[in-house]
Amino acid sequence: MPARDNRRPAYISRSSLQTLLDRLVSAGYACLGPTAKDGAIQYQPINNLNQLPRGLRNDQEPGHYRLRQADDERLFAWNHGPQVLKPLCFAPQEVVWQERQTESGMSVKQSMPATKPTAVIGVRACDLAALKIQDQHFMRKDSTDPHYQARRDQLLLIGVDCAESAQTCFCASTGDGPALDGGFDIGLAELADGFLIWTASARGTPWIEELDQQPATDDQLAEMLQATENAAAGQSRHLPNEKKLTQLYQRLGHSRWLDLSKRCLSCGNCTSVCPTCFCYSYEHHTAITGDSAEVVRSWDSCFSATHSEMGSFQVRSGIDQRYRQWATHKLAGWQEQFGRSGCVGCGRCISWCPVGIDLTEEVQVILNEGSRDV
Amino acid sequence: MTRKPKLAVHKFSSCDGCQLALLNLGEPLLLLPELVDIVHFAEAGPLDPDAQVDVSLVEGSISTPHDVDRIKQVRENSGYLISIGACATVGGLQALANFTDRDAWMGQIYSNPEHIDALQSSSAIADHVKVDLEIPGCPVNSGQVLKALRDLLSGIVPRSESQSLCMDCKRCGVVCTLVTKGEPCMGPVTIAGCGSLCTSLGRACYSCYGPTPLVNDQPLTARFSQLGMDEAAATRRFHFITSHAPAFKSAGERLKAEEE
Repeated sequence: MPARDNRRPAYISRSSLQTLLDRLVSAGYACLGPTAKDGAIQYQPINNLNQLPRGLRNDQEPGHYRLRQADDERLFAWNHGPQVLKPLCFAPQEVVWQERQTESGMSVKQSMPATKPTAVIGVRACDLAALKIQDQHFMRKDSTDPHYQARRDQLLLIGVDCAESAQTCFCASTGDGPALDGGFDIGLAELADGFLIWTASARGTPWIEELDQQPATDDQLAEMLQATENAAAGQSRHLPNEKKLTQLYQRLGHSRWLDLSKRCLSCGNCTSVCPTCFCYSYEHHTAITGDSAEVVRSWDSCFSATHSEMGSFQVRSGIDQRYRQWATHKLAGWQEQFGRSGCVGCGRCISWCPVGIDLTEEVQVILNEGSRDV
Repeated sequence: MTRKPKLAVHKFSSCDGCQLALLNLGEPLLLLPELVDIVHFAEAGPLDPDAQVDVSLVEGSISTPHDVDRIKQVRENSGYLISIGACATVGGLQALANFTDRDAWMGQIYSNPEHIDALQSSSAIADHVKVDLEIPGCPVNSGQVLKALRDLLSGIVPRSESQSLCMDCKRCGVVCTLVTKGEPCMGPVTIAGCGSLCTSLGRACYSCYGPTPLVNDQPLTARFSQLGMDEAAATRRFHFITSHAPAFKSAGERLKAEEE
C-alpha cells in the first residue's frame, strides 16, 4: 500500500539519526527505542543508535517468535515485539488512589504517575492506529482518565514505515499499515542507505529542522513507496471488511466457538499483547494495620474467571463464551463504540498465543463456513 | 474490637517452607502481633497446639494416621481455617508417592520400615476437613496470606487468585519463553501469585502454584509435543509439585495412558 499521508520527506544518513537522538536526550527526553532483549524486540531507554537491533529480523508465526540476524545495517527491518505503546500509556499495574484513615475521617488522595517527556522511536502504523483507539477510550470528552492522559501527553512519537511484513501481519486488510498514516510526530522510512524523514505534527517539526538533510531524490521516494507496497503484498493473512465482521453477531451459535474451547487455554496472552484491549480491574491493597490502602488498577482480560463475574456467578464460564466475547466485541461491538473495528492487524494475538490460535482463520471459518457438529 | 483475634499456624507433613515464607515477611510480621495474638507458630516460637483460635493457617499434607486425628482437632479448635501452600492445598511434592508402590519404596529406603506409621497416600487438608480458604504456592506467597488475614480482620470474605501466570508475565513485561524459545512453560495453566519468579529469569514455569480454575490441558500438551517433548516428560510437568490437583492429576494420567 502506498503512503497515504501528504509526506514531503527529506533524506538523512543513517548516522544523522544519532543527531536527532542526541538532541532529544539533551532536551531532557527519555528516549525509548527498540532493543533485542530476551529473544524479542523490547522498548528500553537508549541514547545511542548502536543499541538498536541492527540487521535483526523477526520470524513470527502462530505461537512462535524468533529474532534472526541478517547481513545488513537496517535498524528497523523487524515488525514488533510483544508490546510498544500500550504499557506506556495504560500502565499494566498502577496505584490510582490512596486512602488513609485520619482523625477527621477517611482521606482519599489521587496518585498520579511521575512522568517526563518521552520519545518513542520506531513505532509502526498498526500501533499508532491502536493508540488512536486507546485515546478514544481513555480520553473521552466526558470522562478522561487522568493517569492515561498524563503519560500520553508526554509522548513524542517517531514512526517508521514497515518495509516488510511478518507472517502474522495483516494490517493491509484492516487499513492500518504498513505505511505510516497519521498519529505520529516524526516519520521515518528506512532505505538501504539512510532514512527519509518528515514531520507530521507541529510538535515534531523543530526536531528535524537542523538535521543535516538533503531533498529526497525521485529514486529514494520510489524506494520508500515500493517498500511499503512490498510489505503489503507480502501479507498472506487478512480480516474481512468491517461490514462483514458485523455478521459475527449472526454466528453466535456457530460450532466453531465450541471447537475453539477445545484449543484455547484461556490464558489471556492475546488480550495482554493486543494493543487495543483496554480491560482492567481494581483491587484494594490494604496495609496490614488496616488504616491505609492503595487502590491498584491492573490489566485484566475477558479470558479471566472474574471478568464476567456478577455477584456469585460467572456470565461466561466456558472458554467458548470467553473467546466469542473477545472476538465479537473487538471486531463487531467496537464498531458501534469507536466507529471502527478494534483490530489493527498487528497479528500479536497470533504470534504470542502459546498454542498458536489464528484469529484471522477463526473469523474466516465462522463467517464463511456453515456450522457443523463438533 | 474488644479482644485481639487468636491465630495459630499448624504444621503437618511439609518442609516448613511456608512457615519460613511467613517469617520472611519483614516489617508486616512485626505489626501482626498488634492485631492478632499469635498463640501457636512453632517455627516462630509460640507453642500451644491445642488452643482455640479464630484463624488457623495450616501448612503441610496429611500423610499419617496421627495427622488425620490432629487435623480434625485443629478444625474443631478453629473458627476459620486456611490451608497454605502446595502440601496443604493439594498434597504437595510428597503426593508423588501416591503413584508408586509405597511399601516397596519404604522397604528400599528404611532399614526398619515397620517403625513407620504412614498412610498409603499424602493428601490435601480439604480431603479431611472443611477448609475455608486455600492459598497455593511452594512456598506460599506470604503477601497473599497477609492479605487474607487483613480481609478477615476487616470483615471481608477473602478471595483466591484466579488469573493465569501469563497475565502476570505480561503485566511485568516478561517475554514468553514458550513462544520465543520453545520452552515447555506451564504458565498458561498455572495460577498467578509467584510474581513470575522463574519466567522473569528466562525459565519455563513448572507450576509450583498449581492449576488455574479452568485448565485446558490437551492443547497445551499437544503444543509441548510439537516442541519435541515426549509424553513421559510432559507427564512430569503435570505430575510434579501439585500432581494431585485434580486438573493436573487427570492431565498426567491422560498423558501416561497415551504413552502406553
